Amino acid sequence: MAQAPVLPRGFELPLKQRLPRIGSVDQVAVEARAGELAKRSIKKESKIWALELALRCCDLTTLEGSDTPGKVAALCSKAIRPDPTDPNIPSVAAVCVYPNLIPTAKERLAGTGVKIASVATYFPSGQAPLDVKLRDVEDAVAMGADEIDMVIDRGAFLSGRYATVYEEIVRIKEACGEAHLKVILEVTELGTYDNVRRASLLAMAAGGDFIKTSTGKLPGAATLPVQLVMLEAIRDVHEETGRKVGMKPAGGIRTAKNAIQYLVQVHETLGPDWLTPDLYRIGASSLVNDILMQLRTQRTGFYSGKDYFTND
Amino acid sequence: MTDVEKRQDRSPVPTDWTYAPAPESTSILTIEERYGLYIGGEWQKAKEHFTTISPRDESPLAEVAQASEADVHDAVAAARTAFKTWSKLPGAERSKYMFRIARILAERAREFAVLESLNGGKPIKESRDVDLPLAAAHFFYYAGWADKLEYAFPNRTPQPLGVCGQIIPWNFPMLMLAWKIAPALAAGNSVVLKPAETTPLTALLFCDVLRQAGLPAGVVNIVTGDGSTGAALVDSDVDKIAFTGSTQVGKAIQRRLAGTEKKLTLELGGKAANIVFDDCAIDQTVEGIVNGIYFNQGHVCCAGSRLFVQESIYEPVIAKLKQRMATLRIGDPLDKNTDVGAINSREQLTRIEELVEAGKEEGAEIYQPPCRLPEQGYWFAPTVFTNVAQSARIAQEEIFGPVLSVLTFRTPEEAVEKANNTPYGLSAGVWTEKGSRILWMAERLRAGVVWANTFNRFDPTSPFGGYKESGFGREGGLHGMEPYLTFDAAETFGG
Amino acid sequence: MPRLPVKKTYKLFIGGAFPRSESGRTYEAQEQNVALASRKDVRDAVQAARSGQPKWASATAYNRGQVLYRVAEMMEARLSEFAGLCSGKEEVERAIDRWVWYAGFADKLTQVLGSTNPVAGPYFNFTIPEPTGVVGIVAPDEPALLGLVSRIAPAITGGNAVVVLASETQPLAAIELAEVLATSDVPGGLVNILTGKRAELAPWLASHMDVNAIDLTGADGLRADLERAAADNVKRVVLGKPDTQSLYEISAFLELKTVWHPIGV
Repeated sequence: MAQAPVLPRGFELPLKQRLPRIGSVDQVAVEARAGELAKRSIKKESKIWALELALRCCDLTTLEGSDTPGKVAALCSKAIRPDPTDPNIPSVAAVCVYPNLIPTAKERLAGTGVKIASVATYFPSGQAPLDVKLRDVEDAVAMGADEIDMVIDRGAFLSGRYATVYEEIVRIKEACGEAHLKVILEVTELGTYDNVRRASLLAMAAGGDFIKTSTGKLPGAATLPVQLVMLEAIRDVHEETGRKVGMKPAGGIRTAKNAIQYLVQVHETLGPDWLTPDLYRIGASSLVNDILMQLRTQRTGFYSGKDYFTND
Repeated sequence: MTDVEKRQDRSPVPTDWTYAPAPESTSILTIEERYGLYIGGEWQKAKEHFTTISPRDESPLAEVAQASEADVHDAVAAARTAFKTWSKLPGAERSKYMFRIARILAERAREFAVLESLNGGKPIKESRDVDLPLAAAHFFYYAGWADKLEYAFPNRTPQPLGVCGQIIPWNFPMLMLAWKIAPALAAGNSVVLKPAETTPLTALLFCDVLRQAGLPAGVVNIVTGDGSTGAALVDSDVDKIAFTGSTQVGKAIQRRLAGTEKKLTLELGGKAANIVFDDCAIDQTVEGIVNGIYFNQGHVCCAGSRLFVQESIYEPVIAKLKQRMATLRIGDPLDKNTDVGAINSREQLTRIEELVEAGKEEGAEIYQPPCRLPEQGYWFAPTVFTNVAQSARIAQEEIFGPVLSVLTFRTPEEAVEKANNTPYGLSAGVWTEKGSRILWMAERLRAGVVWANTFNRFDPTSPFGGYKESGFGREGGLHGMEPYLTFDAAETFGG
Repeated sequence: MPRLPVKKTYKLFIGGAFPRSESGRTYEAQEQNVALASRKDVRDAVQAARSGQPKWASATAYNRGQVLYRVAEMMEARLSEFAGLCSGKEEVERAIDRWVWYAGFADKLTQVLGSTNPVAGPYFNFTIPEPTGVVGIVAPDEPALLGLVSRIAPAITGGNAVVVLASETQPLAAIELAEVLATSDVPGGLVNILTGKRAELAPWLASHMDVNAIDLTGADGLRADLERAAADNVKRVVLGKPDTQSLYEISAFLELKTVWHPIGV
């Protein structure tokens, strides 16, 4: 599981020198390309397949100060059987909670195949000493988290201390042990697509199993062009090293239509290999019901309404 | 809870996610069985007709009039009569007619887009998102000039020329119609327009827009036909010819007008260099290369058909380009997911095939992504040639198809020299993240349009036109008004 | 006994030098033997213009303005010589003032003829005028000096290099002008002046594939044939006036280049 980080070309030099060589991103062109791909028209059986895939890739998330065992228990039920009226609807990929709620989730999800993801590393700001972050991760893993969603040190990144960011990820990856590591870049705070690309490569080089857009705690989290930039970085690492890193957009994906646009982008950028919960996740909470509603529309042939799906 | 596992396994990941067909409906269209000529605001019968087809399956769409010399004469006479009142109309009134046309075109855009793709073969996403919005925008832009010409040409007294004969190509039928008609009307001219032989239908539908706009009869006349109709128009009693098409025909027109008082503008062929430096934003550059040559099946006079890649980045660029080409969806122009549509005509397909054969014979290495082409209709797979010599036919001649020739360079000087080493000079592309290099390159490239870190962008406010054998005169922007005006009065100052 | 004056040998002006015609021929005009240029002289002159043009075009506009003004200074110094080769002093004065007028336009062209264009998208888009390259000029016969200056000045103000076919009947002012240009700061090859038979030389100029534009102001009855030949490489054909000065005389020899660049972070 713990894979030695394999570096993309240009990474053989010391970090400070190699970062400027990782290339740049043209904002206008990447947004235009993302806009083009968003216009793909997905119909009929192809749409049903995509909707089910989106569901299977969901990390059903609750990250609130007000989270309670009761709230998480309800979420877990939703995760296992999203639509109680239709057993053919697949489960989601994982439930994503704060560390304190892991035991509840573990109890509820035991034996279901739905994974437990926990945020850690002083989420969402990451502004704490490294030993605190490491302890946070170790505790979460000990409590039973299958996956750890960490945040990078944006303060270090934005002040040019890339090595600090890199080394921290390496240490956290070690602390994860068998657990999968998703590295949250918090793209909204990075300011440019160039930085998104740099941070993506940094996270992958340091050993992240997934790269993730956002904490979901800031407005303007995941966007289609941001994902495209990250997918292109994943593609470059794969081309260079053969290593497949996963992608997780999080925050702001609320409609089935939008989710399909994200999937189309993955399909056309990385190909069908990535269209699996092993390599693609969507961090969301309200998205699931919209997918269920669309699936029912596809099956029954008429439009459904909100009151026919449970709010959990 | 093992049923959960089962459910998850129920939808195995397919090897490819085939998008279901998403065809744009043609029910929006009404195509007449037979069209006449639009002369003096009326449909006039013609003696001869020819069949116009859809290149996607060669199915016949309608019978279209073959205008004779006499028909062209009638159209010019109608335009001449209309000119007398149209040119005297206050600019503000002309302007309002044009705004109406712009609005109606926008309202009926989907209908036009579907017809454009059906008759011409271009993907519906392009006719819907590029051709029609730009055509409407063009009328809207020039509408505003009609009563403001004194601000466009300070110290000059702009006057309309008279009757303008306009001959347009088949690659952007409605957009080229707008590029031609809009500035002509804003200037106060009347028009006789000949659409391309293979793509007459949207121009004929446009006559209905003119009817709805209430444009005075004879201000715009549309005569369909083949090259002989165009020749008759060139020889007729017009005051100006505006031609967009091949360099070969452009030269013939220029010769034909020698010694006459008819004004001329030409927008001709190209063999644009698209130049990639090793510090480019590589993924967007690859996107720009693809857009540069596979947009509209490469039926674009300004297509980036010669790709110059700096040797230090050659391998990753070509690898990414091939990877990207493999994701292009080729097929039914009316499918909303189609990226590359049908080749416009059998004639054009034959020319592309011939040049591609020449490329192979000259030793260039060909790559085409695996793709299944429809059995009926005219199709050509996106193609890239590597190891192309500067002297090769595919590096020199305009192919006007989805065929890219890749060459390499080492230094900026070499890139400029190779890029300019062509009789054409319509457009060029530069990809680098270095600002000073962009300006250095833009200054030296002998081309009328230079796209830096982008390609194939068009806008009504942006002048377009070539250097050297790519033609003369500009279309678009303030500069695009000038070829439709005369300034004989008040030309000399001082002295 | 009065002193016998030294007579001038009137030669061609190509690449900043004064060669005799390659053909070795002369003809008599204005009571002088004048070089009778051949098609090979046309060829050499076009070559000289082509190689001289890029440097001139890349000089700063301020510098070009100064060089053109220097031509006026040098002509002023030879006013009386010029007066004897045209209609007289007044024509020379107007020709000098014309140089001054164009000299002052060199650094204003781009501002008056260029534009920034508000395209509907995140792009910075601008249009700038640029020289078309090498311009052939068939100079008018009248006015002998002012007509010549009125055609040459706008073409070179715009950054072009020119090959001029001087008036067949009144070529001496053109040679005199060549001597002025040679002693001012005009770079060699920028202006090339040929004397000879218009009907013989003009077709070679009009059909030359490395000439970008042709000014047929003095073409008279040859115009249709020359225009036909000009189409071989889509030359820009200019029909100007023998006595005029206008911004639009300059713009007739210009191309417009539009540059796009995305605006992003």
